[in-house]
Amino acid sequence: MPASNATPAPRPAAAHRSGRASAADPGGRQPARISATPAARQAIRRLRAARGGALMFVQSAGCCAGSVPMCFPAGEYLTGGNDLMLGTIEGCPFYIDARIYQSWDDAELILDVAPGDPEGFSLGAGPGEHFVLRASACPLPGT
Amino acid sequence: MLNAVADAIDAHAEMLAVTESCENGKPVRETLAADIPLAADHFRYFAAAIRAEETTITEVDKDLVAYHFREPLGVVGQIIPFNFPLLMAAWKLAPAFAAGNCSVLKPASPTPWSILKLAEVIGDLLPPGVLNIVNGAGGEIGKALAANPRIAKVAFTGETVTGRLIMQYAAQNLIPVTLELGGKSPNIFFRDVMAASDDFLDKAVEGLVLYAFNKGEVCTCPSRALIQQDIYEDFMDRALARIAMIRQGNPLDTETMIGPQVSAQQLAKVSSYVDIGRAEGAEVLIGGQRAEIGGEFAGGYFYQPTVLKGHNKMRVFQEEIFGPVLAVTTFRDEADAIEIANDTLYGLGAGVWTRDGSRAFRVGRAIKAGRVWTNCYHQYPAGAAFGGYKISGIGRETHKMMLEHYSQTKNLLVSYSTKPLGFF
Repeated sequence: MPASNATPAPRPAAAHRSGRASAADPGGRQPARISATPAARQAIRRLRAARGGALMFVQSAGCCAGSVPMCFPAGEYLTGGNDLMLGTIEGCPFYIDARIYQSWDDAELILDVAPGDPEGFSLGAGPGEHFVLRASACPLPGT
Repeated sequence: MLNAVADAIDAHAEMLAVTESCENGKPVRETLAADIPLAADHFRYFAAAIRAEETTITEVDKDLVAYHFREPLGVVGQIIPFNFPLLMAAWKLAPAFAAGNCSVLKPASPTPWSILKLAEVIGDLLPPGVLNIVNGAGGEIGKALAANPRIAKVAFTGETVTGRLIMQYAAQNLIPVTLELGGKSPNIFFRDVMAASDDFLDKAVEGLVLYAFNKGEVCTCPSRALIQQDIYEDFMDRALARIAMIRQGNPLDTETMIGPQVSAQQLAKVSSYVDIGRAEGAEVLIGGQRAEIGGEFAGGYFYQPTVLKGHNKMRVFQEEIFGPVLAVTTFRDEADAIEIANDTLYGLGAGVWTRDGSRAFRVGRAIKAGRVWTNCYHQYPAGAAFGGYKISGIGRETHKMMLEHYSQTKNLLVSYSTKPLGFF
């Protein structure tokens, strides 16, 4: 896994969206701080203990099961120059595609758990639970 | 065999349509009129396509002939989504079978059942081992399938992270993949749609409201409406009036137009995106909250058909919500419309509505998307290629070109000369 993904290759899209600082622009705003609820931290510790290894998170996008953080064994998902590491939680890095992150405004993001099975190839947060990402300004309703 | 599968689907159409509604929550009027007939037609299309397939012979010189044959890949892995469980199975299985392959099919975790009902109907028509269905959690089964060295190709419809993982596993096994990864499809309405109050205008208004089709759980959901500035008020008045008439409720009632989201997770995601839109400054023109249906459906995963007005840089214009949520904005002229339409990471679908044929052609060619519906939307006939530009995916479905994704070329290079080459 690359140690740092803070400087992705320049992309035409970054210049096109000049009204908004790109997460990937060296001179742009700082990436959002990422933190986790006690429930998410506990789920990560449980998963690490059960699997005997570190984990990683990747924010997904697109069809069907998009827009949720996916949890994998560390190193399972190959990150590249377009992936931005927002921070680490319990030692587990959290990545997002910098191109998707361009339209995000949130200063603070919070990893949490919610009822329901995980999507895609993601590990669950526990029996019948999956990880979710909340913007501090917009908590998920009803949870 | 493919025609027999189609006949069996037709013979059990009502049962399969009801099953699919129960499975996914989509209204039975859609499954009866679209999902199930389209699935049957897909098998017939590929039965005809493979029967009509011809390959080429090249006469390299007078004694040397190159014969080309299409041969199957072997056992392919196919991972399908929850939004059209049976139709997506048909899209994947029909070309794979037509090209002579066997399939290991992994249904989406939230929708494991209707495909098993289909298997009950068609299972006896297929030779043993041709169709294999494995249900279960994607974390274990999805990876085991996609990374298995005995799989000759993987086809996937879903989201981007899983799409990248599948390419990773495919790289390790040096096998091909086809991917369909969603979109944020623009639906563009030029001022001349309002030039007359006629059937065409009515069709265009419905074309906007189609964002609510299948409760927005469609990869090609026309989830960004771009409306020319000077008709915005009049056109949206008509559209909002139509949206207000959408009947939401029991999916098994044939009058119901929109059912519940597929799962609590999807409902929470849709709600969350509408809140994000509000926080970004988008204006809620209609809807904007959970729909309480009451009675036996109290607490169901229903969300009101919603329209958010804002601008294209907002997250609700850039990210796939997968719910009945439309993001609407205005444009000045043709160039502005094209720029906004293409200002997205995705390129799956698009819609263009105009009475001017030349403009329809120009704009359709300028939009970077695999399918540009022109004066229509959400039609999925076999024979029209479907697939994504940009991060929306790799490969095309619903067309005979799909047979090339499921086969490889065998070349027999045959010499009819009796003379040695003369090198040794």
